[in-house]
Amino acid sequence: MVHMTDAEKKLVTTMWGKLDVDAAGAETLGRVLVVYPWTQRFFGHFGDLSSACAVMDNPKVQAHGKKVLHSLGDGLKHLDDLKHFYAALSELHCDKLHVDPENFRLLGNVLVCVMSRHLGAEFTPQVQAAYQKVVAGVANALAHKYH
Amino acid sequence: MSLTKTERTIVLSMWSKVSTQADSIGTETLERLFTSYPQTKTYFPHFDLHPGSAQLRAHGSKVVAAVGEAVKHIDNISGALAKLSELHAYILRVDPVNFKLLSHCLLVTLAARFPVDFTAEAHSAWDKFLSIVSSVLTEKYR
Repeated sequence: MVHMTDAEKKLVTTMWGKLDVDAAGAETLGRVLVVYPWTQRFFGHFGDLSSACAVMDNPKVQAHGKKVLHSLGDGLKHLDDLKHFYAALSELHCDKLHVDPENFRLLGNVLVCVMSRHLGAEFTPQVQAAYQKVVAGVANALAHKYH
Repeated sequence: MSLTKTERTIVLSMWSKVSTQADSIGTETLERLFTSYPQTKTYFPHFDLHPGSAQLRAHGSKVVAAVGEAVKHIDNISGALAKLSELHAYILRVDPVNFKLLSHCLLVTLAARFPVDFTAEAHSAWDKFLSIVSSVLTEKYR
């Protein structure tokens, strides 16, 4: 459960509205695979990941990144109930995908960098702080059902 | 872990832009650190940490200057930051987890200010570079 003030929740929603979620999603997943190349272990079936360009231009990476970020966007409407909202996805990531939850933290921080890049000066320290709470909450929720 | 030639070039090239805004980048990085990770303020009970405080500005400058030293001696970061490494190990004793937090906040600041230059490759090179700097600063801890 994330402890956010109403003001923070408002900031989060407002800023999300300014984002091109498709583009940000593609860019976020791409950057995770480039900056932390060991994360490519989950995407052997995605084709060419041999260079930064190949990764960022890879259509499967882009499509999957979009999916991931839209799911995060949906979670923003359930900030008081993330563990419940992500319960099924948590089980999926544990039982079928076998993803170490540390990867959720990596993705969350890369998303913060991408939002900063897209929003510039509007991505103030206060906005960042609110989003750090969001990504931490989502990461914890996705790890919650692990066993 | 060490930087490739390409990574070095990327770091140096971004640094030439960073150095023109060094002080404000340092201040912004620290503001982001203290706002997102309030526990980091425990290392500064003696500071006025309000945005715009002279101490915050001075300390931000110091931090970015140290990064600059590492850039200047990018082939020998260990040597360049030896004194700082001892300072952190024996006097400051900042828990190692905090170097990751500070590095992240610096990356966020760079992303905000240099959206075009902060490509995936630049992001990768800087993350790696700051990771090396952090290792050097904690290498004498025990």
